[in-house]
Amino acid sequence: MTSRPFLSSRAVLKAMTGFYVLLFFAYLFGPLAVMGITAFNTPSYPQVYPFESFTLDWFVKLANDDDMVAGFRNSLWIGLLVVLVSVPVGLAGAIVMTQVHARARSFYYLIVVSPVLTPGVIIGISTVIFWRDMIGVTGTRAFYNGTFLTVVGQSSYIAAYTMLIFLARLQRFDRAQDEAAQDLGASQTQVFFHVLLPYLRPAVFSAAVLAFLSSFENYNTTTFSILADKTLTTVLAGRVRQGTDPSLSALAVAIIAVTVAGAVLYEVLRRREDRRARQRERAAGAAEAREMAGMTG
Amino acid sequence: MHSAIGKVFIFGLPAIVTLYFLATAWADRRRLGRAAPKPFFKRNGIAIGVYLIAAVGLWCVFAIVLPQLYMVDYSFRPKLPVAQMGGPKDLYTLDNYHYFLFGSTRSSAEWNVVHIRALVQTVLISIVITAVNFAICYPIAFYMAQVARPARVRLLMLMLIAPYWVNEILRAFAFRILLGTNGIINRTLIEAGVLGEPLDFLGADVGLYAGLTYAYLLLMMFPVYNAIENLDRNQIEAARDLGAPWWHIHLFIVMPHAKPGIASGATLVFMLNAGALAAPLVLGGPRSLWFTPIVYDRFYQAFNWQQGAAYALILLLTCVVFVLGVLKLFRLKLGEIAR
Repeated sequence: MTSRPFLSSRAVLKAMTGFYVLLFFAYLFGPLAVMGITAFNTPSYPQVYPFESFTLDWFVKLANDDDMVAGFRNSLWIGLLVVLVSVPVGLAGAIVMTQVHARARSFYYLIVVSPVLTPGVIIGISTVIFWRDMIGVTGTRAFYNGTFLTVVGQSSYIAAYTMLIFLARLQRFDRAQDEAAQDLGASQTQVFFHVLLPYLRPAVFSAAVLAFLSSFENYNTTTFSILADKTLTTVLAGRVRQGTDPSLSALAVAIIAVTVAGAVLYEVLRRREDRRARQRERAAGAAEAREMAGMTG
Repeated sequence: MHSAIGKVFIFGLPAIVTLYFLATAWADRRRLGRAAPKPFFKRNGIAIGVYLIAAVGLWCVFAIVLPQLYMVDYSFRPKLPVAQMGGPKDLYTLDNYHYFLFGSTRSSAEWNVVHIRALVQTVLISIVITAVNFAICYPIAFYMAQVARPARVRLLMLMLIAPYWVNEILRAFAFRILLGTNGIINRTLIEAGVLGEPLDFLGADVGLYAGLTYAYLLLMMFPVYNAIENLDRNQIEAARDLGAPWWHIHLFIVMPHAKPGIASGATLVFMLNAGALAAPLVLGGPRSLWFTPIVYDRFYQAFNWQQGAAYALILLLTCVVFVLGVLKLFRLKLGEIAR
């Protein structure tokens, strides 16, 4: 027999791995947990212990903070607009990517992926400078407001994210489906809406979620492009710079609660979808077996 | 040169670039001859074809290319009152770049030490943070990709993503609660009798570096995980059977295989760190030197947008040149890593 490492050394390795994983997640969640606790403690400086007494006042203070609420509304609105812009644009970007080749493809790729690597600050600055000058050219002030600039600035790189999601799914698309539909007399537009889009549906969903979240939590681009307006993150940044206050911790707790609820919901939906897919497969398998039986019999 | 001429370049260049793109696409079709796919509009239909061209065209030209060109143009302009913009005084100048290198003409120092040092420090510390991120992530990524069972991997994935829904500013705020002079770490140390009085972690930039290390961990994790995941397990087994020590396996089998993933994670983390704004604003001490807040101050304290544009461009170019240099060193192409 070849000399395998001793069993005991394997056990040691396993224990060490487990310990490291634990340590890692402690590092990942520790800071957030500490912040979470301060949201329920009474002192006005965010403090974990001594835990003086349990309170929900900081949540009440948060809900009554007009700037924060206004910023939150703007953030939702901007996030929605960014989804509406960057999902269709990313989809178009991905489809075009599958139809260009060789040199044209690498050149195109370089241009559309560059915003992913450009620091957000720079995207924000260039967006403001460009559109400010556009007023001079077009003579309208319509282009120069915080919401418009933020949607354009954020979409410029979020559309690249969504494009990458669509691209990953498109790579597994069987073009035979498309050709079959056309051979059966469907127009290209019909193929797009009845073959391609249904196939891409999960990707559309993921892209929309990613786009919304990226927009909602963006600060670097927004702080420039929002001009005199405000979003949740810009209000938050101002508050954090002024000083520390447990109502900010309360906001974090609220965000985490919503996220966990969302993640659980997502997981439930996914499991249901998985189950359905398995059922369909089984039904198809059964039908196929019947067919085969019919042919041989 | 008067700045009006610049406009011709700004709007001419995208047109040339588009023509170049169409020409290469056409040349590629020619080269393929009969094997070429159907022409664009035949393939997509008129309606969808128009949608594709409009969406991609508007995106590339108005959201990506033109703003960047505008920023370049802007960075070579003098700061003028609005009324004089485009007037006879609006000539191209190198003043903004000159300021970055030498400071104002009135200052007696030879170099603009503060800003140059901030840039160098930003790049160097971003490199260190990127390396630390890789060191932290690699064991977990390897564990998830090669050791753990699928059900456990799904759970770990969810747990990994969860902290990143909380936005960057609040994550930085959490570190302030941890590391402030009144924070939990100082209090614990004092009560344990280790310290007599609180340490100023934030003033010493410990907070900033810890916060930055934490901020973009996830973006290192996923590319590295993906790259290790598609490594054939038999390769590891074979190496082990042939007697390779564990660190040989990682250094000569897993890491070379995962090179593109590591490079893409490192590029993302490096760029995000060098361009980070939230963490330095929230966690930076009074003497912290990070380059992005300096850019920010050009706009909102000095109200010198032209100079701000120049500074932003200096940051961008430094980072891009650095990243391309490193990729070249490791013989990787940008296209390979961005996938």
